[in-house]
Amino acid sequence: MTPVGAPVVRDEALEKVTGAAKYAYEYGSGEQTAYAWIVTSTVARGRVMSVGADHVLTADDVIAVLWHENAPRLGDVGDPVVAVLQDGDVHYRGQVVALVVAKTPEAAREAAARLPVEYEELSHDVVLTPDHETLYKPAQVNPSFETDTRQGDPDGALEASPVTVDHTYTTVALHNNPMEPHASTALWHDDGTLTLWDSNQGGHPVRETIAGLFEVEPGAVRVVNAHVGGGFGSKGTPRPNVVLAVMAARVTGRPVKLAVTRQQMFSLVGYRTPTIQRIRLGAEADGRLNAIVHEVVEQTATVKEFAEQTAVATRKIYAAPHRRTSHRLARLDVPVPSWMRAPGECPGFYAFESAMDELAHDLGMDPVELRVRNEPEVDPETGNPFSSRNLVACLREGAARFGWEPGPRTPRSRQEGRWLIGTGVAASFYPTYEAPATATASTDGNGHYTVAINATDIGTGARTALRQLAAEALDLPLERVSIRIGDSELPPAGLAGGSMGTRSWGWAVTKACAQLLSSGSPEVTVNTADDIEALGQYSRGAYGAQFVEVRVDVDTGELRVPRMTGIFAAGRIVNARTARSQIVGGMTMGLSMALHEEGVMDAAFGDYANHDLAGYHVASCADVGSIDVGWIEEDDEHLGGARTKGIGEIGIVGTAAAVANAVFDATGVRVRELPIQAQHVLS
Amino acid sequence: MKPFTYALAEAPGDAVHQAERGARFLGGGTNLVDLMRLGVETPDLLVDVTRLDLDRIEPAGEGGLLIGAGVRNSDLAADPRVRRDYPVLSQALLSGASGQLRNQATAGGNLLQRTRCVYFQDVTKPCNKRRPGSGCPARTGAHRDLAILGASEHCVATHPSDFAVALAALDARLHVKSPTGDRRVPVTELYRAPGEDPSRDTVLEPTDLITGIELPAPGEVTRTSLYRKARDRASYAFALVSVAAGLDRAPDGTVREVRVAIGSVAHKPWRARRAETALAGRPATPEEFRRAAGVELDAADPLPDNAFKVKLAENMIVEALTRLAAS
Repeated sequence: MTPVGAPVVRDEALEKVTGAAKYAYEYGSGEQTAYAWIVTSTVARGRVMSVGADHVLTADDVIAVLWHENAPRLGDVGDPVVAVLQDGDVHYRGQVVALVVAKTPEAAREAAARLPVEYEELSHDVVLTPDHETLYKPAQVNPSFETDTRQGDPDGALEASPVTVDHTYTTVALHNNPMEPHASTALWHDDGTLTLWDSNQGGHPVRETIAGLFEVEPGAVRVVNAHVGGGFGSKGTPRPNVVLAVMAARVTGRPVKLAVTRQQMFSLVGYRTPTIQRIRLGAEADGRLNAIVHEVVEQTATVKEFAEQTAVATRKIYAAPHRRTSHRLARLDVPVPSWMRAPGECPGFYAFESAMDELAHDLGMDPVELRVRNEPEVDPETGNPFSSRNLVACLREGAARFGWEPGPRTPRSRQEGRWLIGTGVAASFYPTYEAPATATASTDGNGHYTVAINATDIGTGARTALRQLAAEALDLPLERVSIRIGDSELPPAGLAGGSMGTRSWGWAVTKACAQLLSSGSPEVTVNTADDIEALGQYSRGAYGAQFVEVRVDVDTGELRVPRMTGIFAAGRIVNARTARSQIVGGMTMGLSMALHEEGVMDAAFGDYANHDLAGYHVASCADVGSIDVGWIEEDDEHLGGARTKGIGEIGIVGTAAAVANAVFDATGVRVRELPIQAQHVLS
Repeated sequence: MKPFTYALAEAPGDAVHQAERGARFLGGGTNLVDLMRLGVETPDLLVDVTRLDLDRIEPAGEGGLLIGAGVRNSDLAADPRVRRDYPVLSQALLSGASGQLRNQATAGGNLLQRTRCVYFQDVTKPCNKRRPGSGCPARTGAHRDLAILGASEHCVATHPSDFAVALAALDARLHVKSPTGDRRVPVTELYRAPGEDPSRDTVLEPTDLITGIELPAPGEVTRTSLYRKARDRASYAFALVSVAAGLDRAPDGTVREVRVAIGSVAHKPWRARRAETALAGRPATPEEFRRAAGVELDAADPLPDNAFKVKLAENMIVEALTRLAAS
């Protein structure tokens, strides 16, 4: 009777499709409600000298203009991204320099557009180059990995290898654009407490940050995020919008709503750094790797460091005795890069799994077999045993389902009418993380059970998955279990990020339910910190194999992907329906990365020139053909908790490489930069 | 958004009399309203022209078709007469925008949409089209989508309409009403080259109202026609290059009449008259098509990031005409 694994329809489906589900901007409406509009810098580096607030305060509906000389002073929480309007320095184009508050959103927008801001402008530097003069070695890469690693003698091994690959791959800036842009509604109560409806990936971190900035007790801040329209990492840490909404509500004494515009999303909420990656592989003639070298150059901002862990996954994927990885950052006058779905693994695997394909081609080998041949027995980086690793099973199962033709690829060998056809494969890997969480389970004594935990469902179906896990632990039908999430009044839980949400929360939920049953008391609260501490020394991760067919128009170079197959191994799958959606979404995003998405840096102005969804292309429905998704059943006793791994990010990793490899197979053109567009393959 | 006055016009004459300097006609609003939100368009007055009884497609003199300016793009694309006699037009409409936008956008408004050059759309940056004399950052900035033909040092913007490219190939004429009278303007003469003053897209005055679009009587060259649009994604993207083509062959296989217009390569739908002339009376073969395309594109003067459009346009002209010759 266990509902775990079943394709249960998500709890809030009806609310969402009927519009009844309320999002952050839809609370707190009333006559007193005010609307805040962000004013962003039009220079890339310099200083705000004056803001002509008087010029717009004459308009009837304008209530306040805040800038660095009149904005409330904030407490120091150690994050310059949220220290908004505290000084006049401009670190990048599109930074917050002022805030207009008005009685209507239209009035706020118009006043923001007319607000005179004078700058002292300084020269800027925004273009990432492989040998940029500011390149430096960060102390660690996100979140706390070693910056550089080295095992054996990679240079000597490369020299000694009969077959080598040495290529550089580049990726562009990619911008998080969830359906629901960042938005907040703030309301200070007479007793000095604050209610905050905010679109984020974790209410407790927002509560802590806001309490620190406004110097109140965390308990005085309530953060509600009942429904969140996506995040991809951009809502993982508090952004300027929530701070500004709270600030405006305090200054005006009104409920204040603030939504980040689509254009502002491109500078204010983080993005995936562009990368320049040099990969060197040395192999024996039979395909066994001797050496792996992966060197990464990427950018960070002057205002705050973010060091993407681009080469980290390379450390763990294949056996090779000699290996080296490194990360170097250029500090540029650009918006602050941050997390975007599978940070590091995603761009890193594009480059690395492209290089593997090049190696397979040079060896005259089936690219699937090349990967199988380099399957490690233990984690190549740490020597730890794998808790479970089913990459080979994913490759085999995927090849069978996709109809992969075994053997070496023969580029430009298939054409149907106008279309050149090619197929490509790539592996995927994403580490399995977990964070401590607290959950309360209770019963009403009449056979109904409720589990409360401040988890966040950013659209993944987490709410439903947790209910399934609770029902399993209680051995009850789903109907007799309720889940409460999305409110900082509930027991604290970690982020919906790092693919660890459902895994971490599910652990606390099942533990609470089990203890409720064993204790016989009507309510128990548990925490998983000790359980996580007690996890054994295993290498834990989700694996997958991606297979893609690409068609390229011989006359126009247009690229289309009619079908993709993704097979994954990610522990127990809690909900077949929402899991499938997550993976289809990840693969779609990877397809979009491969062929469409491109933040175009304008060197003269210092911003991303294409900053809306007409100019920044994400895959449209018509770009996505058939996506066949499956998984290998895993029951991994070393995972702890509900024996689940994360699935939010594994779907995107490897997709872009599989597309690029298929483009090579179709056209014979090896494109080593993303996105791959008509000009690369036009003949 | 800048405050503005809204007026609902009851008849075409009423609309042009209500309009004045600084006014804009509001049709589907799919481009105008976006630009108003961005502060690019700042009209004091919007004259709503959606109730003018201009939403019909009717027979015109000499066997042609008169399309009311208020006809929605979706309705026009679906019209059986258009689909049968002018497939290039139906295909062009269906390749534009998204289903939602096509349901909202009007025929007249489609022709008057503005360039999607990112500098034009961003009021924090210079743009000669938006603010004459301020400069053109596109030449050294983001210009992959911009013009390779007929541009000037002051502007390399492209016109975004697919519909207009098909109309240019069809020799369509606009019916235009103004406070001083009515006139007809060929679509091929509607748009201006950027030259010294790119701020004006067309030859129309602000008080000129497009009331209809007249298609000449169909013939073999319009019935054997197609629209081919190359773009970065399969839907909801402006063209990298598009081609509207029609072909009528004599019994001996030579070209009796040919029409070629190219989109997304210039400030206007680019009628490829040199290619047409080069093909007149010649065999309808891929070799001849490529030669003619080369004649047309000799004039191309691309920038570094859009140089690929020259080859793309050449290939597309050849492909489109070859396909028509085989049909």
